[in-house]
Amino acid sequence: MKEARYTAPETLDEAVALLASANGSGRVLAGGTDLLVQMRAGTAKPGLIVDVKKIPEMTTITEKDGSYRIGAAVSGAVIGEHEGLRKAWPGIVEAVNLIGSTQVQGRASAGGNLCNASPAADSVPAMVAAGAMVTIQGPKGRREIPAEKVNAGPGRTTLAPGEIVVSFTLPVRPRNSGDAYLRLIPRTEMDIAVVGCGVSLTMDGDRCTAARVSLGAVAPTVLLVEDAGKALVGSTLDDGALEAAAAACRAACKPIDDKRGTIVYRTKIAGVLLKRAAAIAAERARSH
Amino acid sequence: MSKTHVTTTINGEPVEFLCDTSQTVLDVLRDQLGLTGSKEGCGSGDCGACSIIVDGRLVCGCLMLGAEAEGCRIETIEGMAAGDHLHPLQKRFVEMAALQCGICTPGFLVASKALLDRNPNPTETEVRYWLAGNLCRCTGYDKIIRAVMDVAAELRETAR
Repeated sequence: MKEARYTAPETLDEAVALLASANGSGRVLAGGTDLLVQMRAGTAKPGLIVDVKKIPEMTTITEKDGSYRIGAAVSGAVIGEHEGLRKAWPGIVEAVNLIGSTQVQGRASAGGNLCNASPAADSVPAMVAAGAMVTIQGPKGRREIPAEKVNAGPGRTTLAPGEIVVSFTLPVRPRNSGDAYLRLIPRTEMDIAVVGCGVSLTMDGDRCTAARVSLGAVAPTVLLVEDAGKALVGSTLDDGALEAAAAACRAACKPIDDKRGTIVYRTKIAGVLLKRAAAIAAERARSH
Repeated sequence: MSKTHVTTTINGEPVEFLCDTSQTVLDVLRDQLGLTGSKEGCGSGDCGACSIIVDGRLVCGCLMLGAEAEGCRIETIEGMAAGDHLHPLQKRFVEMAALQCGICTPGFLVASKALLDRNPNPTETEVRYWLAGNLCRCTGYDKIIRAVMDVAAELRETAR
């Protein structure tokens, strides 16, 4: 096998130019917890590896006027220790921290999780529910798209050749907002979601004034379930509203049958997780 | 294809090496530097036998390229004992028979040290979750957990 070339540029412009020069054989290396496994299995054979961990914009968390920006290559461990994020976006933090073991957390990033484009990626539903905007830089410059627009199918993204996911920008958090992510796995740790559900909502007293709901592992990509959010807004999160949102989640499911779960099971669980995640998000909203 | 020249620190000593891009840190440690304490189990980040500490973070040596070690501070199982003086975790693992075949042991020791360096007073649940990425197929988990809890208490006592 031809050896890949390793580069570790210190600027995004350099990284983009390197990727563009690789004629499609370049791969971005962040934490490497997916890429190295794929290289070893022979499913990825990059000619050029562009390590982005020397690019400050991609490895830092910053806050400006209440809006957080998380570099795409920041490790799960660093995100998990960030006091500001833990307070403002506990659902994102818990979702990122569910990825793999302590060892994997030391390397794995939210950007890598997004670009690996697994329908079962844990951090993606939380980012989608949060309304995260993804900054992308490529040969044609910079653009921003919602997190739910990055994945095109299992293992596929909408990124153009040479484009790099740079960071996630989270919206300013209104008072009394909370988010949560839950996944179902048949054990307690170290597994891949059978279903994942992210909820982010804002409360005004007992009434829900804004809500976004997302589902993972029930379709070729993570889904933003707009009808579920609409069913919650204006309600007091009463049983009727929760059941309507759960029904919207079940209706949005287009899962597959596989060893992790059947279509029927995944569809049913999507509604169950919605109700539980909404309850946790609401509790956090009240105490925030 | 030219090799990458890497300057790093391993167990406090400056180390330089040349590596191919596809070589992991674990490959370099074991095959080039003769540090064979870190084991390769799965090679895909699932078993934790290759656990090392890089810039204070517990990672799998099999999931990091040798080239990425440039400028890093690496700690391996070889750096755990001070000469002939075993680290309390090593001593207690032996005394409490927290190992059988031993292949997973260096990884468990390094991971446990990373935990106690960070959290000197972990609950049993915290220990179990922290070590969830270290697999022992002789299934000595209970003895391992008990040994780690014991050492944590012992180190807290010493620190007083």
